[in-house]
Amino acid sequence: MTTIPQGAHAVRDQSAAATETTADDADPKLPPPVVYLDERFGVAKGFGLFKKVFPDHWSFLLGEIALYSFIVLLLTGIFLTIWFRPSMAEIEYQGSYELMRGLHMSQAFESTLQISFDVRGGMLVRQIHHWGAILFMAAMTAHMLRVFFTGAFRKPRELNWLIGVVLLSLGMIAGMTGYSLPDDLLSGTGLRFTDGAIRSIPLVGTWIEFFVFGGEYPGDMIIARFYMAHILLLPAILLGLISAHMALVVYHKHTQFPGPGRTENNVVGYPLFPVYMAKAGGFFFIVFGVLILMGATMSINQVWLYGPYNPAQVTAGSQPDWYMGWVEGAVRIMPGWESHWGGTTWSWNIFLPFAVLMGIFYTALAVWPFVEAWLTGDKRPHHILDRPRNAPTRTALGVAGMTFYGLMWAGGGNDIIATQFNVSLNAVTYFLRVAVFVGPVIAFIITKRLCLSLQRADRERVLHGSESGIIVRSPAGGYSEPHVPISNDEAFALTQHRQYPPLEETPSHDEHGVKTSDPNKVSGLRARLSAWYTGDDIVKPTRDEIAASHHHEDEPKQLH
Amino acid sequence: MSDDQIAVHEPHAKPTTYVEPGPADRFENPGLPPHRPRRADVDDAAAKRAERQVTTLFGLSILGTLGFIVAYFLVDPNLRASILVIGHVNLYHVILGLTMAISLLGIGLGAVHWAKTLMPDTEIVEERHLQASDQEARDEAAGILSQGYRSAQLHRRPMLLLTAGGALGLFALPMALQVAGGLGPLPGDTLNHTVWRKGMKLLIDPSGTPLTPEMVTQGSVIHVLPEGFAGESSHGEDGPSALEIMEVKATASVLLVRLNPELIQSQKQRDWSVDGIVAYSKICTHVGCPVALYERQTHHLLCPCHQSTFDMTNDCEVIFGPAKRPLPQLPITVEDGYLVAADGFAEPVGPSFWERGE
Repeated sequence: MTTIPQGAHAVRDQSAAATETTADDADPKLPPPVVYLDERFGVAKGFGLFKKVFPDHWSFLLGEIALYSFIVLLLTGIFLTIWFRPSMAEIEYQGSYELMRGLHMSQAFESTLQISFDVRGGMLVRQIHHWGAILFMAAMTAHMLRVFFTGAFRKPRELNWLIGVVLLSLGMIAGMTGYSLPDDLLSGTGLRFTDGAIRSIPLVGTWIEFFVFGGEYPGDMIIARFYMAHILLLPAILLGLISAHMALVVYHKHTQFPGPGRTENNVVGYPLFPVYMAKAGGFFFIVFGVLILMGATMSINQVWLYGPYNPAQVTAGSQPDWYMGWVEGAVRIMPGWESHWGGTTWSWNIFLPFAVLMGIFYTALAVWPFVEAWLTGDKRPHHILDRPRNAPTRTALGVAGMTFYGLMWAGGGNDIIATQFNVSLNAVTYFLRVAVFVGPVIAFIITKRLCLSLQRADRERVLHGSESGIIVRSPAGGYSEPHVPISNDEAFALTQHRQYPPLEETPSHDEHGVKTSDPNKVSGLRARLSAWYTGDDIVKPTRDEIAASHHHEDEPKQLH
Repeated sequence: MSDDQIAVHEPHAKPTTYVEPGPADRFENPGLPPHRPRRADVDDAAAKRAERQVTTLFGLSILGTLGFIVAYFLVDPNLRASILVIGHVNLYHVILGLTMAISLLGIGLGAVHWAKTLMPDTEIVEERHLQASDQEARDEAAGILSQGYRSAQLHRRPMLLLTAGGALGLFALPMALQVAGGLGPLPGDTLNHTVWRKGMKLLIDPSGTPLTPEMVTQGSVIHVLPEGFAGESSHGEDGPSALEIMEVKATASVLLVRLNPELIQSQKQRDWSVDGIVAYSKICTHVGCPVALYERQTHHLLCPCHQSTFDMTNDCEVIFGPAKRPLPQLPITVEDGYLVAADGFAEPVGPSFWERGE
């Protein structure tokens, strides 16, 4: 006689019920390794993280590309350190690249050639590493622009924006110290520029120069020192800051674009497990794969063509990697200004376009979230992104900044522009000296007008719907085009944004003539700047206007 | 995710973390649009096809990995080939790269395709929470802070805090000083002069041949280093170290050009020359690149780094570009038939610096 063990009924009932709803795996069990870990670290409690939701948008991938190229840089960088020798000691080359046999060169350059020609797959990894650095900087820059134009830097994310600004500037230094290491003619030329640029700093320039280079240029220390910074100091700081950057993204939850169902209080998207693990993890492999393709098929930094460094030689067309190009351009188009006061020399021609320009650029980026909050008086947290048109002055400033950067960048290639397009080098330079100031102003005006026009178009669309493309002739002979009302979803998306009326100046005296002492008072300057910042916004349709326009829906509008 | 889970998040359901939507809201939030199933959600054949595509991509990755390993050992590292359009390549390098790329792209594309076709694509909603703590938590935190502050007796003995702050603020200084102090020698007056001395022969770089005036023909440009720093003499036991040679090349490199003496405009330039042969520092006064491009027709010297242009017939004055000062001239003369320096440079060479004076 068989007996049904106690509890089996319940089990069967449960599984039957489960089959009805979820088809399979009604009673999931943790895999033994996870149980093992849970008993020691309580990992099961953390599995809620797997349900974390990430919103989907292509522009959110830009930061991911930056992160993944950084990981690629770490992996390929480890490979390169195994063979690279950061020494400026001179040796005679006896490796397999025949054209250089017998040449005197530093060990750094010799080991770079060895990695390129004698280590199996070394050339591939070297090229992946260099392309990775170029992509890392490009992705960070694009990511920063996305964050800027969509207002993702606003409260509560201002400090994460600051971390981003530091990452961008450190990334630039990491790249610069990296491409200086091979000690070929091009990288040496870059070092020479760095030396001259440091020397131009007032008061302490020569001291810093001698401290950095360990004496007079070029010395025999700089490669080893840059190597330490490039493989230890900077990656450690970058890694720490990137971790903090990511942790804050997880903590704040990702921003999302406006749309039906999305509010300031939710985040709409797909769960980390399994969707984002597959998408983001897969994307890492795609970024890595594309970088490998680039390393395999596109040659970069062919140091064996430049030869070993010799301070008395230089190649025409010498240029740094792209992210230093705008500084290079500023230095190139700067007029030769130098002042002499009381036995001191002020090299404005280098100090301004190098140290001052970079200082202003990164400071402006760093303070922007706080400046904007000051201009709008906005203290609310924001999780819904701005459409760039809805912040016209910010968008215009961003495009003006991009124009400035782009023109400076073009300046970094003034010789290449001159030779490729057969124009006068001097003319290109004179043009850029004016254009870097005029261009951004024009870009600002055009962008702001475009944004305001788009705002007007949105307003029209909400009030009168979209054009139907159908011309109707009335019995009286008039022609008109009926408009089709837009969907409720779209109307919501077009009107959900908050608008900021310009701040009004707090009167300095109240009605009794007593001086006011309001801690939140608005100064006249701030009120004027605020009016400049938000005063031109096209007011979005009011509820009354919307109701009125819907009322007139049936009456066809007369065409003029 | 089921539909009722989405319905919970209608804007009417005002959670505690609610952020005021602002006075300007014109339309009620319509809520998430209905989910549109993908083809693979409703059509089993499409789902099968998607599965096949994903497994094919993963399979390709496996093949790529194996291909890499095989190629690594079997292909000759020096194998070269001409590929249409691309040109002459090291085939070993390309094969390693392509197999590795297939290995990674197979995984990446497969995973993303899997996620996009077969994993759930119903949007789900997660609540946000205010970052700021509520007043209760803040009060508690303030209490903890205050209690700790008082229990450490800081409220009664302020000197504790002052001295602790001072000590903590200063303790890192010795380490910073140690680093900064050991970094490099102070510049002193190193930058004010080069190795050029009166009577030093002008040697052709790199052969080290001493120059006679006849060797410098009209229109030629010769790269020159001071005696003892070029050619055989620089490589002997008693010769300068590689480091010293580098430093001399970086500061004392000189360009020698023979101009038509009638073209020379200034008396000083003529006095410091020999029959139209002039010697100028090759180190740009801008940031120190070698001024390497000489235009024979115009007698302009151009720095390829930042395009500063110097007029050789006018004592190397700047006629274009970011440099300010002319290239320093090296006074030369003839001794025993050879060209030698009549003196060192009269001013510092290379980029400007604070203490340079004028």
